[in-house]
This record gives sequence, structure tokens and C-alpha cells, in this order.
Amino acid sequence: MITDFLLHHTPALLVAVPLLGAFLTPIIGRISPIVRKIWVMGTMTLTSAIAVLLVYLVYTRGTFVYVFGALTPGLAIPPDSGGIPIRIIFTVDPMGAFMDLIVAVVGFCVILYSLSGDEKRTGLHYFYTLFLLLITSVLGMVSTGDLFNFFVFIEISSLASAGLVAFSVEQGRAVEAGLKYFMISTMGGIFLLFAIGILYGQYNALNIAMIAERMQFTSLDKIALVLMVVALAMKCGAVPLHFWTPDAYSLAPSTITAMLVVVSQASLYGLFRFVFTLYNLTLNYVTIGWVIIILGVLSMVIGVTMAIPQKDVKRLMAYHAVSQTGYMLLGVGVGLAVLGNQAALDTYGFIAIEGGLFHIINHALYKGLLFLTAGAIIYRIGTRDLNKMGGLGHSMKYTMIFFMIGALAIAGIPPFNGFASKLLIYESVYLFNPLLAIIAMVVSILTLASFVKVFHSIFMGPTLPEYSKVREAPPAMLIGMGILAVLIIAFGFFPQLVVDSLVAPAAHALINQGSYISAILGGA
Amino acid sequence: MRMSKIVRTGSDLMYPFIFIFGWYVIMHGHLTPGGGFQGGAVVATGAALVIVAYSYQEVNAMIKKAILMFQESGGLVLFIGAGLAGMILGFPFFYNWLANSGSLFGMSVIPGPNPGELNTAGFLPLMNIAVGTEVWGGLTIVILYMLSGVEKEGI
Repeated sequence: MITDFLLHHTPALLVAVPLLGAFLTPIIGRISPIVRKIWVMGTMTLTSAIAVLLVYLVYTRGTFVYVFGALTPGLAIPPDSGGIPIRIIFTVDPMGAFMDLIVAVVGFCVILYSLSGDEKRTGLHYFYTLFLLLITSVLGMVSTGDLFNFFVFIEISSLASAGLVAFSVEQGRAVEAGLKYFMISTMGGIFLLFAIGILYGQYNALNIAMIAERMQFTSLDKIALVLMVVALAMKCGAVPLHFWTPDAYSLAPSTITAMLVVVSQASLYGLFRFVFTLYNLTLNYVTIGWVIIILGVLSMVIGVTMAIPQKDVKRLMAYHAVSQTGYMLLGVGVGLAVLGNQAALDTYGFIAIEGGLFHIINHALYKGLLFLTAGAIIYRIGTRDLNKMGGLGHSMKYTMIFFMIGALAIAGIPPFNGFASKLLIYESVYLFNPLLAIIAMVVSILTLASFVKVFHSIFMGPTLPEYSKVREAPPAMLIGMGILAVLIIAFGFFPQLVVDSLVAPAAHALINQGSYISAILGGA
Repeated sequence: MRMSKIVRTGSDLMYPFIFIFGWYVIMHGHLTPGGGFQGGAVVATGAALVIVAYSYQEVNAMIKKAILMFQESGGLVLFIGAGLAGMILGFPFFYNWLANSGSLFGMSVIPGPNPGELNTAGFLPLMNIAVGTEVWGGLTIVILYMLSGVEKEGI
């Protein structure tokens, strides 16, 4: 009975459980801090379990279609609707499930870490309400099969994350960062809404599969495509629309920053989903592919060069996040640029997409870990300034080890996971255009150089007198970071297993527009 | 920041009417223009009127923030609970399980031109009530917090 219920309603529960948890947190959180912690952790554990179950179901049984408000969950096209899927439909294909898995894993670790890491803040029941809403919105964004629903979830994520960025006021600087983020993402949201309006006006449908089937690529569709690419590139922090990331990432609480990385990955998912599934071969794939490649290369180079001179540890990591986003754009962009050329797609295009997608999960893991270690250091010593740190390796040994794992992974050193995905990207991009692969390698070396400097200035040297009483981070924070570190090492040791079982199905689902459409519209 | 007696008496007199009009908009959300959010905003403007007419200390004594917060969360829980109830009854999330059931809000819609029957539309009126309660509590809290900032700056 209960398993039957779970198996039939997994996509709905994925959103309903964290929403209910979020709305009850202000009431339950008033009882006592312990009850609040148990409630928040319980909600997140349940959400992650449902997400993992959904991932398992999608990878074993194929695309999971769930129709909200219909008589039965699978009734995508009601008999009296004239062949149009009118309701809100969740279409979880392996690509969406792959993203759900990222949110589940990182969200679980971050909430676990946050139980100790954020306990000194005030107004915590609102903090966790917004936090759970943020997780709901990301899960919704990557699961939905409806354009307007995607817009709603992206707006929820903008509102929740703007509130969370501004949460630790910090003499108004965090509030300024939050306001900046809010303004920019609202602009992006309006662009997206306008694009959705254009598509709805032409095709009388909001369902992605329906529009994809009817797509004509008229000049209005081109405008819609440009608006979507701009809005989502802005949300995922690609150069030249990256200017909000350093402020928002550095001034938000570290747990929120780790989650914001996942939000930006979900925006990246939206970008890929619209380009590959909504437009697919109708668009001029060489041009759009090159646009995405150029966005990626700019992000990589400008991100890393801006990171090197930074003195604020989280600001530095924020620029590295921009730089790493470039790798994903580069990998998937190369795949898009050869989408219509079957021979090239088979030789290297598909591997490039795999590399880009694999880098998404790797980035979410190691960047989450790095922001959490930075958070642990700030939690103990109270400053973000690299020049004031030093000698912390004596007192914070585990944090140091986790930082090393994260730093080596981001620099693409074997045997950590960053190496595996970067190697896939280098190899395939080299066949497409050697210059791009060389740029990617140089950026990777600069990343390593930057992190060697950071590592040295935080952990090396003699114990500074002002930090002689600093202790190791609390156990909950260490466990949260530890899970991420173990996954990074596991993904680094068994990349082939991960690519074959997780990434390749997602990449297939991304480029195979026909199966996405037929999941909704039936045998077309 | 307390306003004159004329303004206070005027707001006292107008508050019940604004309150009732707001709830009219909420309750007729499935028949007429408007709905939960709009009606809730109208009710909150009534509260805003009282808050503007009286001083922050007086209003703070009149309304408990905890109750407003409870209203906010309670409305949202009712909303999602209405969706989950459909799932427990064996339908998908947000299935309209009350429509045409013959019970509360369960009458069939009468076809043809008519003034509209309040007792229809299944759980949509429940949703409107939930959203109306939530918006009423939420907007009032927002106004109260903004007013507390003004008082600190002003003095």
C-alpha cells in the first residue's frame, strides 16, 4: 500500500514534501531548537530519499510522466482537450533525474552541515523555511515539463535565494548583494516570461514536448531563444552576465552559497533543456553552439583571471565557480555545434556532452565542499580575509584535508573527480578545435596555482597567536563535508562506472528530442 | 506617529467594511474576478489603514505577530494539505476531489447564463480561503515590520 503510493506519486512527493516541511517550519520551529533541527533534517532526509527513489525509477523504467490534477497520474492528454496536454506535467527523464540526484545529495550534506554551522543566527525558522523553499524550487525546475511552471520555480528560487543571501545583514553589505541578485534575477525572469509568452502565443501550448513538436523556428522563435539564453546565462553566472556572483556568493552564509551553486547548475540545465529539447535541430546549431562555446571560454578565462588577485576567500571561490561553469558550457556547446553532424557527434560530440554533464555533478560536489570548508574556517575564526589567516592546519586538520580534496578536484588532478570530467572535455574538444582544449587546460593550471596560494595562506605556517584557541569544526559540519569528500574520491576512482550508469543516459535523454516528445504525446 | 482623532475614527469605521469586502472577494474567487490573493490583499489594506492611523506601540498591543505568523503558515499548510488530500484519496496531487461530490462546495455547475452558485467548484474555494488567509497574515506582518523601522528612524 505505502510502496504503491510512493511508486505512483514520486514526482509529486518530491515537491510536496519539502513544501509542506517549509510551511510547517515556522510553527514547529517555535517549540525548541532541537525540535526544529530534527524537523528540518527529517524533511530533507525524506526529500533526498524520494529523489533517490525517483532517480532509480527513471533510470530503470524510463521517463516518468506525472500529471497534476488529472484523474490518473499518467493521463497526459485528456480525451476532451483536443490533443493538447493542458495540465501541469512533470516529465522526469534521465537528464532531469540526474539533476535531481545532485540536488538530493548536495542538499542533504548542506542541511546537515547547516545544523551546526548556522545555529548562531537569529530568525532560524525563517532561514530554514526559505532554505527548504529553495530546495523545492530547484527540484521543481529540473523536474517540470511545463514552460510556465519552470518560470514559477525559477522565480521561487530567485525570491528565496535573494532573501537568504541578505540573511546575515553584515552592516548592509549582504542586503545590498541580496538586492542586486534579486534585481538581476527578476530581470532574467521577465525575459524568460516574455519568451514563454511568445511561444505560447504561437503554439497555443506551454508543455515543452508539445511546443517542441510544433516548433517552426520563425523569427519570433529566434527572439524567444535569445531571451531564454540571456536569462538563463544570467542565472547561471556565465561571463559577461556574471557580475552578481562574487557579491552574492561571498556575502551569503556558506551553506547558502553551496546551495546557490546548485541553483546555478539548475539554470544551466534549463538552458540545455531549452536548446536541446525545445529547439533541437530546428535552430542553427552551429551558430548557437558557438555562442555557447564563446560564453564558456569567456567564463573560464575571465573567471579564473579575476579569481587570482582576490583576497576574500569566498569571493575567490565565487570567481572560480564562474570559471568552472565555463567548462560545462564549453562541453555541451561543442556537443550542440555538431548536433546535426552524426559522424562528428558519434566521434566526439557525444563525449563532449557527457563531459559537460559529468562536470555539472562534479562541480556541485567539489564546489559545495570548498564553500563549506570556507564556511567552517569563517565559523571558527570570523574573518574572510586571506591575509589575516594562517597556520590553521595545526588546529583544523579534517577541514584542511577536505579543503585539499576539493582544491585538487577543482584543479583537475587525478584521482579526483574533476580530472575525470575535465579529461573527457579536453579529449573531445581537442578533436573539435585544438585551441579551445588548450585554453581549457591553461585555465585548469591557473586554477591549481590559485588554490595552491589559498591553501598556503590559510593552513600553512606556524600557528598565529590570535588563532591559538581555534578548534576543529563541530561534528555535524565535518560529517556534511565528509560525505561530499567521499563522493568526490569515489567518483574520481570509478569515473567509468559513473559515466556509464548516470551520465550517459542523461546525455542520451538530452539529445534525443523524440523520446521526450513521445513520452507526453504518445507514439509520435 | 499617532494620527488625529478624525482619522482614527474614520479608519475604525471603515475597517469592518474593508474586511467584509476582502472576504467577499476571497469567497467569490471561483465566480467573480479576484480570488485569494486579491481578497487577502484587500483585507491587509484594512489592517494597513488601522496601522497607519494608530501608532506602532498601540497596533503592536492590538495584534499579536505570532497569530499573524500562524495565519501565514496555516494558510499555506491548508493549501498544500488540500492538494495532498487528493493524493491520500488515491488521485494525483492537486486533483479536485471535492468537485461534484455533493458535499461542501460540491454542487455541479448549472449550465447557461445564471448569477453563479457559491457552493460549486470543489476545492478551489478552499484554496482561495487558504491563500487569502496567508496573504492577509503575510502582508500585515510586512507592514508591521516596515513600520517598526520607520518608528526607530523617526525618533
